[in-house]
Amino acid sequence: MSTTEVKHSTAADGGPVVTGDPASGAAPLSIHDLTVAYHRKPVLWDVDYDAPAGKLVGIVGPNGAGKSTLIRTALDLVRRASGSVNVFGRPYRRVRHLVGYVPQRETVDWDFPINALDVVTMGRYRKIGWCLPVTGQHRTAAMDALQRVGMADYARRQIAQLSGGQQQRVFLARALVQDAQLYLMDEPFSGVDAATERAIVQILRDLRSAGKTVMVVHHDLQTVPEYFDHVLLLNMRVVAHGPTAEIFTPENLHKTYGGRLTLLSQAAEAFARGGQR
Amino acid sequence: MIWTAADTWTAATAVLAAVACALCGSFLLLRKQSMLGDAISHTLLPGIVVAFVLTSSRRTGPMLIGAAAAGVLTAMLSEWVRRLGRVEASAALGIVFSTLFAVGIIMLRMMADHIDLDPDCVLYGSLDMVALDHAVTLVQSPIEPGAFGLFGHLAAVLNFGLPHMTLTLVAVFGLNVLLITLFYKELKIATFDPDLATTLGIRASVMHYLLVALVAMTVVAAFEAVGSILVLAMLIVPAAGAYLLTDRLSVMLVLSMVIAAVAAVGGQLAAITVPQVIPETWFGVGFVDTTTASMIAVVSGVLFAIVWLISPRHGLISKFVIRVALHLRIAREDMLGLLYRANEQMDADRQTGARDLCRTLHLRPLAGWLALPGLRWRRQIELRRGQYQLTDRGHQVARRLVRSHRLWETYLDQQLDVPVDELHFPAEQLEHVTDPAMQRELAAHTDGPEVDPQGKRVPPFNADSIDHDER
Repeated sequence: MSTTEVKHSTAADGGPVVTGDPASGAAPLSIHDLTVAYHRKPVLWDVDYDAPAGKLVGIVGPNGAGKSTLIRTALDLVRRASGSVNVFGRPYRRVRHLVGYVPQRETVDWDFPINALDVVTMGRYRKIGWCLPVTGQHRTAAMDALQRVGMADYARRQIAQLSGGQQQRVFLARALVQDAQLYLMDEPFSGVDAATERAIVQILRDLRSAGKTVMVVHHDLQTVPEYFDHVLLLNMRVVAHGPTAEIFTPENLHKTYGGRLTLLSQAAEAFARGGQR
Repeated sequence: MIWTAADTWTAATAVLAAVACALCGSFLLLRKQSMLGDAISHTLLPGIVVAFVLTSSRRTGPMLIGAAAAGVLTAMLSEWVRRLGRVEASAALGIVFSTLFAVGIIMLRMMADHIDLDPDCVLYGSLDMVALDHAVTLVQSPIEPGAFGLFGHLAAVLNFGLPHMTLTLVAVFGLNVLLITLFYKELKIATFDPDLATTLGIRASVMHYLLVALVAMTVVAAFEAVGSILVLAMLIVPAAGAYLLTDRLSVMLVLSMVIAAVAAVGGQLAAITVPQVIPETWFGVGFVDTTTASMIAVVSGVLFAIVWLISPRHGLISKFVIRVALHLRIAREDMLGLLYRANEQMDADRQTGARDLCRTLHLRPLAGWLALPGLRWRRQIELRRGQYQLTDRGHQVARRLVRSHRLWETYLDQQLDVPVDELHFPAEQLEHVTDPAMQRELAAHTDGPEVDPQGKRVPPFNADSIDHDER
């Protein structure tokens, strides 16, 4: 996949590609010795990973590999058992404005009395500030984001009346208005139609060419080489990571999905049982 | 029926309690935690008792704080029990609220000598006493505390022209309006998408406890009036009704208050009139008395039923109307298709009277009886010598339908390998929901066929002109 496909070029800025937070120069996401456990059962074990700046990174692994947990831990939504996570060299709570999040579609109640525009506007709530009302300027920004994902006509639609693909686009628009440097997306392609998938891929590429780093939890192995520059193969621990061309190999996939790690997960089960064998 | 000044006080107090409850109750409903309101209305008891013991007074401030603390404690404990005890949320709530309520009762017993708390008042409220309370306030005479619930003496102390219960509710309603207006955006995002709220720095759990504290204070103020059981009706029913009526949160909040107020006034009216209009002979015994609080709950339930019937999108009536309208449209379109095919076959002898059409299409007489005038009104058919014929306009519509039908047959045959003799039925259903865009896509997928799998001509796409040679 070549960058010539990308519509917007960063040359417009007149400078080099901006990678991440200009001030820090640190990796967009830097994970060190991270272990996470639910009810004492480890989900992520000794994860070490530095995300490359300005790339599209696919996070790939079997069910229960801890892909969503990795993203949620980076966002401080899940408590770490040990280790550290830094975003552009700083703890997440200091750089919230630099990170955009697209949660899984199933995590919210789509029957909530709210329309698409309201949902997108939520991406601006931090910029607006506590207790202050949403102003026209923020609504315009939300409308622009809806326009970018091709959903402007549905702005006033109650969200339950949108198709799965349209709902996903609304979520994406909400992340776009956050105007972040690092985007973390949890399965944005799940349950969407082909047109939406193409639209989302195009937006991801636009983000990359604007110098943003995008990390995407992804399930469809077939499209990984086409969509992502880098991959992170995950199964409780990092199996491999790096440029897709080098890392996305049959052996590595076998290591990720195959039997090599069953011993590790058996050990995890044993921990959860309190060390009984 | 006689509406006295006392009734005005009772109604005003009830309206205040109802609208305050409706506001915070709406957010509980949207969080799908309606029963947390019920739990809080019980766990308030230990909170108030502790507040009383600590301050040795029955003043409103300490009571509200005690209630808020008890509410937050209930929410926190049930969340911990759910997570650590690994039981489902409602079971965790059941464990926590029954335990805390029991602790409250034990504490109450131990300090029975010091606290005037009438169990009847807790359960059923003392709304009907408001007016009496008011009278007492004006006269400033010492009163029997038990009869007026928790804040019995407060009325005399305040020396306002207002009953203390009403005053407390004014304050609590104001607090609801203030906090919900101030934190509207934060409550909205924390309720809709707690994860995103938290990542943006708006801690969803903090907003949740703020809401719970607000609910607890509202409930403690309201239950003195309506009792701890019926307070749940005020928290949930108006909010649930409003939820059915709108797709906007702000509108839902306003509507819930409107429903709550109507139910409160309606309940008061019913409490006055019902004992008079129901004759003694009905139940063998006469209606001696009724309570306003119960009537408010009943009227709320009735209002909810009405809303459920007439709600534009989720209502029973609108669903029925939509179904009938669809049924009739399909009947009309089938008639057009039938007439089009009759033209196509140059079948001059074919009978196309009303009865023939209905019989061929297996339509119920009522559906045919409604569909035919519908078609004539749309000028899509006309009656000539007892036979129905397509007009030019009807011909165009029919052609579009038949085109959709035959494109679908082609598509099902080519792409899904449906056997040829099974093509007609699905195509017959699909043709009614095919819009022009879908039709274009179908044509693209099937390479714009001239004939369908059964060899019938697919009418070409030609929106405006009419093929006269076909007639």
